[in-house]
Amino acid sequence: MIVFLIKRIGNAILVMLTVAFLAFLIFRFLGDPVEMMMNESATQVERDELRARLGLNDSFLVQYGRFVVNAAQGEFGLSWRNQQAVTTLIAERFPATFELVLIATFISLVIGIPLGVFTAIGRGRWWAESLQFTSVVGVSLPSFLVGILLILTFSVSLGWLPGYGRGEVVPLGWWTTGLLTSSGRAAVVLPALSLSLFQITLVMRLVRAEMLETLRADFIKFARARGVPRRSLWFRHALKNCLMPVITLTAMQIGNLIAFALVTETVFQWPGMGMLFMQAVTFVDIPVMAAYLCIVSFIFVVLNTVVDIAYAVIDPRLRKS
Amino acid sequence: MTAIAAKPRASRLARLRNSDLWWSFKRHPSAVIAAIVLAVLVLSALFAPFIVPQNPYDLAALELLNAEIPPIWHPDGQWPFLLGTDLQGRDMLSAILYGSRASLIIGAASVAVSLTVGATLGLVAGYYGKWADGLLMRVGDVLLSMPTMLIAILVSAIARSLLPPGLREAGASAVIVLAISLSGWVQYARTVRALTMVERDKEYVQAARLIRVPARRIMLRHILPNTTTPLLVTATLNFGLGILIEATLSFLGVGMPLEQPSLGTLIRIGNQYLFSGLWWIVLFPALQLCLLVVSINVLGDWLRDALNPKLR
Repeated sequence: MIVFLIKRIGNAILVMLTVAFLAFLIFRFLGDPVEMMMNESATQVERDELRARLGLNDSFLVQYGRFVVNAAQGEFGLSWRNQQAVTTLIAERFPATFELVLIATFISLVIGIPLGVFTAIGRGRWWAESLQFTSVVGVSLPSFLVGILLILTFSVSLGWLPGYGRGEVVPLGWWTTGLLTSSGRAAVVLPALSLSLFQITLVMRLVRAEMLETLRADFIKFARARGVPRRSLWFRHALKNCLMPVITLTAMQIGNLIAFALVTETVFQWPGMGMLFMQAVTFVDIPVMAAYLCIVSFIFVVLNTVVDIAYAVIDPRLRKS
Repeated sequence: MTAIAAKPRASRLARLRNSDLWWSFKRHPSAVIAAIVLAVLVLSALFAPFIVPQNPYDLAALELLNAEIPPIWHPDGQWPFLLGTDLQGRDMLSAILYGSRASLIIGAASVAVSLTVGATLGLVAGYYGKWADGLLMRVGDVLLSMPTMLIAILVSAIARSLLPPGLREAGASAVIVLAISLSGWVQYARTVRALTMVERDKEYVQAARLIRVPARRIMLRHILPNTTTPLLVTATLNFGLGILIEATLSFLGVGMPLEQPSLGTLIRIGNQYLFSGLWWIVLFPALQLCLLVVSINVLGDWLRDALNPKLR
């Protein structure tokens, strides 16, 4: 087990170092930081001084080492665009993305699990099969399109919900939340729905497949013979046995949701990390781009590693490979 | 026996008609509908110059007088602008058909690149094993730990900042294809590698080795044909995915430029007028994109089930 742990964590660190190297390459060689930070009238002496102060004259490896050490401490330098610390910029935006992802996950479970159960118990009926077909369509729709169609319907045509922004937010220490105001709650509905649509179909298909398998098991037949009512059979006996993979999938998908929030945030003008990144792309603000790359990869690697280790704890057979 | 052997070899078309695949196809109405829709979309995109009234790339053909015309069934609609026009007076139908062309070409090119690279690497890794295999699997693990879409967005965004402004427009489609293929090849490589490892130890490969058939020929002519079925399914589904990723990149502004609009670019343009009541500029390209990807995915799903021997 210890060997497995060391191997798995070593692997994760290796991946992070690779990502950090890529981020460093962009950071260091894409455009000249000195040119970006100085104004046009700066003299050559001032430029050289800044170059020395930023440590740009050191050897490549030393600079890479410094980048990794700083990044590990959450230090990504100053944004070229507005001279603010990148860490502060991202910390400001993180709560918005996190809330969006959290609510999207919640929606996907609340809608996806019952739909999965219904399509499983109604297999072969027209309504279950058409739901199943709709899920293929759901997977095919690009998330930005879902967002646009939602805005077009509920915001432009019907005028029920706001189509952009985050509404009014309340600060809680360093965290800001939009869930405590009515405008904030209204604003989160459409983006969260659009972000969760793909996830809903994923949860639904997984629950359906698991349910079909569980419903064939002997204990279900016995429960039925004992006279357990159907509803309790489906939702208490069978469903409980299907939830483990759903929990794993949800944990693994959080990283994906953070990544796809990039698209949703752009459509809905949601002030999160993804929109920050897209703005950074427009203005070629390299430190912000490098920091986003590192942070999102970090979230991915941590989630993957934790899920793998949790599996190995539960199932000893996996420790060997 | 002799009677069968004496029969002339059936033509390709006849063989197709007698195959299990064709039989399964006829029995799945959703697959038939998807195939017809896809055929119409592809043909209309191919022959766009002969169908639509305008070349949307030709700025001289655009008349500002024709700007913001709603679709033909609207009281203010005008012939020949069936689906209305945008703010520059560009006919939406023309723009959509030309845009589908760009989307289809990029989707197909990304499949071709990832398939070629992936199958080659998978063959080599599966056939030789050892360090080549280990290295390939490690790189694949790293790439698959992040979604293809995210990698494509990051690569495309960074490549755009790298390229000089002059090349940015001209090289846009190549950058997108590379961005998609960068992590797209892994799936093909894994499939081919797994199958190659099974085939490599079979008698026919050993026999070929024994009579000194070169390794390259064994891989390409003997082993590769045995991996085509799963590759076909993966390629179909990834064709749809490629079109989706291209559309997302263009929508985010890191894909096709405004001068050579793909469906994603058209949706990006239309999205700016979402709140000003010009719904047709965004809705029709969006519908075309949905139709395209849904029909490809329905076909891919059917193909996966039809070619899976376990489900027969």
